[in-house]
Amino acid sequence: MTTLTAPDPTTGRAPAVGSPSMSALTRVELRKSYDTRAGRWLLVVIGLAALAVVLILLLVDDAPKSFEGFFGFTQLPIGILLPVLGILLVTSEWSQRTAMTTFVLVPRRSRVLVAKVLAAAVLAVLGVVASLVTAALGTVLTPVLSDGDMEWTLSAAQLGQVVLVQVLTVLAGVAFGMLLLSSPLAIVLYFVLPTVFTLLVNLVAALDWMRDWLDLSTTTMPMYEGELSGQGWAQVATSVGLWIVVPMAVGWWRINRTEIA
Amino acid sequence: MITIDHLTKRYGAQVAVSDVSFSCQPGTVTGFLGPNGAGKSTTLRALVGLTTPSTGTTTVAGRSYRDLPNPGRTVGVLLDAGAQHSGRTGREVLSLSAMVLGIGSERVDEALDRVGLAGKAAGKRVGNYSLGMRQRLGLAAALLGDPQVLVLDEPANGLDPDGIYWMRGLLRGFADRGGTVLLSSHLLREVEAVADQLVVISSGRIVAQGSKQELLGGRGTVVRGPDRALLERALRAAGITVVPGEGDALVADAEPLAVGQAVAAAGVVLTELRPAGGEGLEELFRALTHGDGTASPQLQEVPA
Repeated sequence: MTTLTAPDPTTGRAPAVGSPSMSALTRVELRKSYDTRAGRWLLVVIGLAALAVVLILLLVDDAPKSFEGFFGFTQLPIGILLPVLGILLVTSEWSQRTAMTTFVLVPRRSRVLVAKVLAAAVLAVLGVVASLVTAALGTVLTPVLSDGDMEWTLSAAQLGQVVLVQVLTVLAGVAFGMLLLSSPLAIVLYFVLPTVFTLLVNLVAALDWMRDWLDLSTTTMPMYEGELSGQGWAQVATSVGLWIVVPMAVGWWRINRTEIA
Repeated sequence: MITIDHLTKRYGAQVAVSDVSFSCQPGTVTGFLGPNGAGKSTTLRALVGLTTPSTGTTTVAGRSYRDLPNPGRTVGVLLDAGAQHSGRTGREVLSLSAMVLGIGSERVDEALDRVGLAGKAAGKRVGNYSLGMRQRLGLAAALLGDPQVLVLDEPANGLDPDGIYWMRGLLRGFADRGGTVLLSSHLLREVEAVADQLVVISSGRIVAQGSKQELLGGRGTVVRGPDRALLERALRAAGITVVPGEGDALVADAEPLAVGQAVAAAGVVLTELRPAGGEGLEELFRALTHGDGTASPQLQEVPA
């Protein structure tokens, strides 16, 4: 892998022809996530939703009014909407047929898929950064809009675990996208399947072990408070295996073999 | 330089491409001809790594396409002008490619300018482009990495006559500077004007290949006159072999000059005298595009 080479000033041509670097490919994938109207609006809506959550918390009397509280609640809209961007990052290549251009330029398809996974992770981290900003805004406004004081505590464990859970959530979207290669199908199943699963394992007592070990929303719940520990990590790992690793591996394998037309 | 060596592609029991071999040399334009569904696109997709051949190999610039470090810098590919995100602008499409190719944004403007999409058109969404504009954008993308090889699938689709004329000039210039061009088409006339080499494919098999002169410059001279029997006698008397041509014409196995001299010496009246054109290839082509898939036997014998 080589890094980008600057064009030779005398000819305007890049002197050496190397493979595109992984960072270049990741930047390309990131740019694809916001250079279309759909992507840009999704990002705007995520930002507005985070702001709306903070505003509601400020205006409701008995809602928690601390940096930690704002931060925790803004994860909700981000965790719901950002995976859609992860899905589209993969499926739009098929629905818009750009896969043809993408894989002609980078015929080693796994490199494109790695770049997509990295881009999705970067989006998740940026999402958490955005939630930190809105949480800070909410904290600053607390004395103005309510009778509370500014409270600035946030544990490193909570920040770290929130970043991790948001990365995992977006990657679940990417995994569904890779498995299904269709935007509407992947988006619908991404929301319906885990919800049905959660309902099922919570209703049937005999399925408690599935809830504890395979239901991603149950196992990752403590991470939003930064309270995951001990056996919890193993339970997150098994549910990540079911909802992220397996669909991503199957989809990855298929994308590498399939004919792009 | 492109080589396709004993390429076969099967989909289950169906054979899309069967034992296809040909090569394209630097400085030439190769026309890859065949009716729709003959296996042109499958061959091109195999060439650029979008599908894996069942058997056989393909190389570009001496390497398998997937082994090229940054393929877009060696090969410009346009397989389907419609395969672009309708929500991106023309400039954005090229900018994304430029990032992968590792070239500066000034080259994007150069490329847009070269295909006549500079200015307002570059800022429009591809969804609002006409098919002709998409073809131009696709050509710009193919040329962006300053490649030595161009692979184009039906590039004239959607172009108006001016656009087709412009594209021919562009491809001719590219080949004349030492580039290698492989372009497919289902219209003989479309590639005839620009190609040096022709490869004709039908039902997944190559049925004719060779230089344009070999395939289109059919041997002999077409002659026609009011009295066909008299004409035939005159030619035979001069020792020229004659076979029946289309309609009431005759095809003489000699240069037009020799035919004219023989006819003048016999004092026979002519209404037509011209070198035999590519009727053979056209006839073959008509047979292929009319779906019976049977090539005329004399053309299957064209040396491969």
